[in-house]
Amino acid sequence: MILQAKNITCLRGHRQLFTDLSFTVNSGEVLLVEGENGSGKSTLLRIVSGLRRPDAGEVVWNEQAITAIAADYSQQMVWVSHRNGINDSLTAKENIQLSISLSKSAVLNINQILERVGLKGYANTPVRQFSAGMKRRLALSRLLTQQASLWILDEPQGALDKAGIELLDNLITEHVANNGMVIMSSHHDVQFNNLTVKTCRL
Amino acid sequence: MNKMTPFHDVYSLISSEFLVAFRHRYEALNPLLFFVLVCLLFPLGIGPSPQLLNTIAPGIIWAAALLAILMSLSNVFRTEYDDGRLELMVLANHSLVLLTTIKLLAHWCLNVLPLILLSPIIASALGMSFDVQITLILSLLLGTPVLLLVGTTVSTLTLVIPQNGMLLALLVLPLYVPVLIFGTSAVNATAAGMSAAGPLYVLAALCVLSLTLSPFAIVSAIKIGVSQ
Amino acid sequence: MMKWLHTMASSAWFYRFSGKMIPWLMGIFGVLFLVGLYGGLVAAPADYQQGDAFRIIYIHVPAAWMSLFIYIVMAVYGFIALVWRIKLAEVLLISSAPIGAAFTFLALVTGSLWGKPMWGTWWSWDARLTSELLLLFLYWGVIGLYAAIEDKRTASRAVSILTLIGVVNIPIIHYSVEWWNTLHQGSSVTLTDKPSMATEMLIPLLVMATAFKVYYAISLLIRTRAELVEREPNSKWLKQVIEENNHE
Repeated sequence: MILQAKNITCLRGHRQLFTDLSFTVNSGEVLLVEGENGSGKSTLLRIVSGLRRPDAGEVVWNEQAITAIAADYSQQMVWVSHRNGINDSLTAKENIQLSISLSKSAVLNINQILERVGLKGYANTPVRQFSAGMKRRLALSRLLTQQASLWILDEPQGALDKAGIELLDNLITEHVANNGMVIMSSHHDVQFNNLTVKTCRL
Repeated sequence: MNKMTPFHDVYSLISSEFLVAFRHRYEALNPLLFFVLVCLLFPLGIGPSPQLLNTIAPGIIWAAALLAILMSLSNVFRTEYDDGRLELMVLANHSLVLLTTIKLLAHWCLNVLPLILLSPIIASALGMSFDVQITLILSLLLGTPVLLLVGTTVSTLTLVIPQNGMLLALLVLPLYVPVLIFGTSAVNATAAGMSAAGPLYVLAALCVLSLTLSPFAIVSAIKIGVSQ
Repeated sequence: MMKWLHTMASSAWFYRFSGKMIPWLMGIFGVLFLVGLYGGLVAAPADYQQGDAFRIIYIHVPAAWMSLFIYIVMAVYGFIALVWRIKLAEVLLISSAPIGAAFTFLALVTGSLWGKPMWGTWWSWDARLTSELLLLFLYWGVIGLYAAIEDKRTASRAVSILTLIGVVNIPIIHYSVEWWNTLHQGSSVTLTDKPSMATEMLIPLLVMATAFKVYYAISLLIRTRAELVEREPNSKWLKQVIEENNHE
């Protein structure tokens, strides 16, 4: 599995966020997109996930442009943005059930997933009552329900406490060990032990 | 571990819509309340003369239903857009057209169907006879989906604008006029003792047209909104 | 062929080409407009029913034709912009909208002015006038939506979809309003009822219609040039043009 970005250019209004940006990510690698606030990290990740088209250049997955294989590509990719993408009116369990339905994934043990992300016992609690960190953990559960090879994470550490960041590290390390790929953005230093981390600075 | 069948998925998606609505059930009364209040204003404002009310009743009920639907439009996809759930719908493994249709079907059942069910009561209060009420209900059943579909298409285009209330009304008004005209003209025809078939057939045609074309336009608009 | 089309679609080519066309078009417009005005106001005989009041038809009818024509052209631009993602089509679309709105407004005002001597009221819910009013709202909607969305590329795509929705609805709106009008008014003669016109009356009308089309072209080119400059202030072609103008 190879993801390549070829000469991507993005404009916002009259500002050029980035021009002719290229990188390659292979299985078992982590790409860290670094930059200040407003440098275009989220925009770049949106382009890589296929939600937004670049103003020039293309993103290629296994030698095929993602615009040509849109449906297949989104099946092999999980997107976690800095907005959680969870329904505040449902319980944690219902949210996970919904994401299983949306991604048509094989039915998994929901309680096990909740335990893995540190939300054991909160299955029937309305998400409205969750703290910001708990909501983020629930959002990360999507990484487990959708078994995809490419993870695209936009500022995943937001609102997480120390244990939460450790959880994220473990998830990423496990995923990479299983030949997965991770592209993530962060505006501060991120350290992974024993992992090949490429950086892309905007 | 077994994969869910497609029907299971669709059922789960529909039921989560109803579940959320149930948990916000007092909010679901808003369009209904608005509808009743608007209909109430006219006898109060114009006078209780039965003949007058009888003549303008179809127009009042149709206009009130139209306005109630217009009000509920800003809520379709708005919370999903703000939450980040709309992006997930775009990236989901189901056809976005299917997901949109499910969402709109649920929205119609929860926001519009109560109005239609309540309309005979309002119609009676305005002096409408029973056979005219039947045409009224039929015209609403055919016309309100058009209002919802066309309205959602336009409101999805305005998702990127934070406060889109008045702009939405301006955008949607010319597109709503034909439905209003044919809806009221069907009811007026029955009230005059003539056949309402003509306008009802036109409404049915508009209904089919919007059912086939709108989902695709809505999907394009969603993709535009999500790219920001 | 595609290469030629893409050259035509480039902002640089368009800017230079339109700069050369505008003076010529202005000349043509001037001639047509004066001929049409003379034909309509002086040469054409007075209508036996309406007297001289009918002469407003020489502004009203071409304006109404233009209001519809421009919307359809906008829909074509919108289609091209959505399918082939050509930026110039997007700019042409949004530059046409105020011109179309102005023609629609002109048609409404002249229609209303015509109504006063004929029917004694400024507004008569005539089917055509009501359709024109709704068309004005469609134009305002396009202008409003474009103005409200900050990112202009997104705004262009949204407005293209809106214009296509509008163009599909225009025949529906037109026929529904006509239906509504005949239901409530019976078969009265409408303001824009055109019984077979005498040739001396028809020719100035066609001349004015052509003049208005040329005016649309002039106004469109000027507005598009302005919008292109606003959209691409840092582009190479613009810097070249500024340099060329400085050397003159």
